[in-house]
Amino acid sequence: MSFTTDTVKRTASLARLALPEADLAHVAQQLEGILVLIEKLSAVPTEGVEIMAHPLELQQPLREDRADGRDLAGRDIYLKNAPVSADGLFLVPKVIE
Amino acid sequence: MELHDHGLADLRRLLQKKEISAVELTTHFLQRIRSVDPQLRSFITLNGENALVQAHRADRQRADGSTQALLGLPIAHKDIFSTRGLRTTCGSRMLENYIPPFDATVVERLEQAGTVLLGKLNMDEFAMGSSNETSHYGAVRNPWDTRMVPGGSSGGSAAAVAARLVPAATGTDTGGSIRQPAAFCGITGLKPTYGRVSRYGMIAFASSLDQAGPMARSAEDCALLMDAMAGHDPRDSTSHPQAAGQFSAALDRPVRGLRIGVAEEFFADGLDPQIAEQVRAAIAQLESLGARIVPVHLPHNAVAVSAYYVLAPAEASSNLARFDGVRYGHRSQHADNLQELYQQSRFEGFGAEVRRRILIGSYVLSAGYYDAYYLKAQKVRSLIREDFRRAFAEVDLIVGPTTPTPAFALDAKTEDPVSMYLADIYTIAVNLAGIPALNLPCGFTREGLPIGMQLMGNYFADELLLAVGHAYQQATSWHLQRPDLAEVQG
Repeated sequence: MSFTTDTVKRTASLARLALPEADLAHVAQQLEGILVLIEKLSAVPTEGVEIMAHPLELQQPLREDRADGRDLAGRDIYLKNAPVSADGLFLVPKVIE
Repeated sequence: MELHDHGLADLRRLLQKKEISAVELTTHFLQRIRSVDPQLRSFITLNGENALVQAHRADRQRADGSTQALLGLPIAHKDIFSTRGLRTTCGSRMLENYIPPFDATVVERLEQAGTVLLGKLNMDEFAMGSSNETSHYGAVRNPWDTRMVPGGSSGGSAAAVAARLVPAATGTDTGGSIRQPAAFCGITGLKPTYGRVSRYGMIAFASSLDQAGPMARSAEDCALLMDAMAGHDPRDSTSHPQAAGQFSAALDRPVRGLRIGVAEEFFADGLDPQIAEQVRAAIAQLESLGARIVPVHLPHNAVAVSAYYVLAPAEASSNLARFDGVRYGHRSQHADNLQELYQQSRFEGFGAEVRRRILIGSYVLSAGYYDAYYLKAQKVRSLIREDFRRAFAEVDLIVGPTTPTPAFALDAKTEDPVSMYLADIYTIAVNLAGIPALNLPCGFTREGLPIGMQLMGNYFADELLLAVGHAYQQATSWHLQRPDLAEVQG
């Protein structure tokens, strides 16, 4: 079994996701099932096959690196959805003592 | 026939002839939602007062001579589309109180065409699910049998349209999320060519696969919506420069002479025999309309689900990194430092299926596994696209079943994620290739559940799919059947 409870813990930490200790075994078992499904890919010969980056092979368009009017609509509008803010800033728990 | 039994195109004619007003129409549908939806839970948020304001405006505009294409027609949006000033949850606790400061392009375009917005429709959380059971706002019920799921992730859209709570709705399709619920609920739904409908303001799940599309009661109604929805959008970097189209104008293209491919891979083990029978009957019907049936092969369809469950979670784990409890969305009250704030907010805000996909995505992208999973899946994705390229060199369309089974019972698959994923075995390859596909109702099981067939086309064959769907619907009446709502209400 590739998905041990330790693998789940490590992956959850990478994903910044808290998981209760009691759930780990069940989650590991479900993720193992998904892994078995995706392991079927290893049986497909892909030597010399290019990866598919875009369905229509379009290049990513670029625009001038400048904020447009929409971006400048006003920070008050964007801060309205912030769980905690003050003085026009997003607040987080203290990082530096 | 009651007002709500009319489809979008019919209601449009009634409005144009001034036989009804937009206010009457909106009032009628709002009333119907209030009396029928408590048993279906297809809506998360109603836009009642505002809808009436929009309807009054539409009636004034019509009196002033406006000829906007969809003026006064009520619709509803899947709750994945950002609506300025109207709560947008994406089916998640994470966004329970989120009020977008802007409109999605799809919302903007449909509003400019004159539509009235009745509300926001239930969905699987962040569009991750095939049954609508992962919604934080409760599972939606199938109007044909309320013990069954409506499919997902656009299950609220499919159930609401099938139950005549709204004449048409928007949906999104990352692996089958328009077509599978459309099949389970007996409605018509189009997953357009990747890049034809803007993704701007549509909350991202897997950006290389996500595509918005119309869900309605006929191909004709879907074409009306596509006329307004499709178009190039500089705010979406994957929007196609030639995205716009004349969908309604192309509906009368004849079926005669078209080459329609049938892939035996789609009729393999695991397909419900009643579905096989009805889809084969539909193929015979297309043949009798003048199409030529040609066998084709899609050998890599068998590994499409496997490639998808690498690529979609990988993209999702990256897209959903933005939910951190700081700028918007749920913020945990149980955190002492920044790291805990991230971890707890994400644990509390996301449901079990979303967490699973974030974990799988983070795993396949993590050091040491990237080549074995992500790069491998991107190569298999090329092979899947090659299968379609080869097939479309021989045929104009491919037809097959949309789903391997009819709608299943609530809770039947919730403990077994992989069995849920396999519900999309016929729809996923289309998203990986980026081609368009359409679900059309084509019969019922003996138990009275709808059966859907899927028409797949080459890039930019969206108009052709709708034209063939329209021709099929002119010759059949499956799409006109409606669930027994007296029973639903009882």
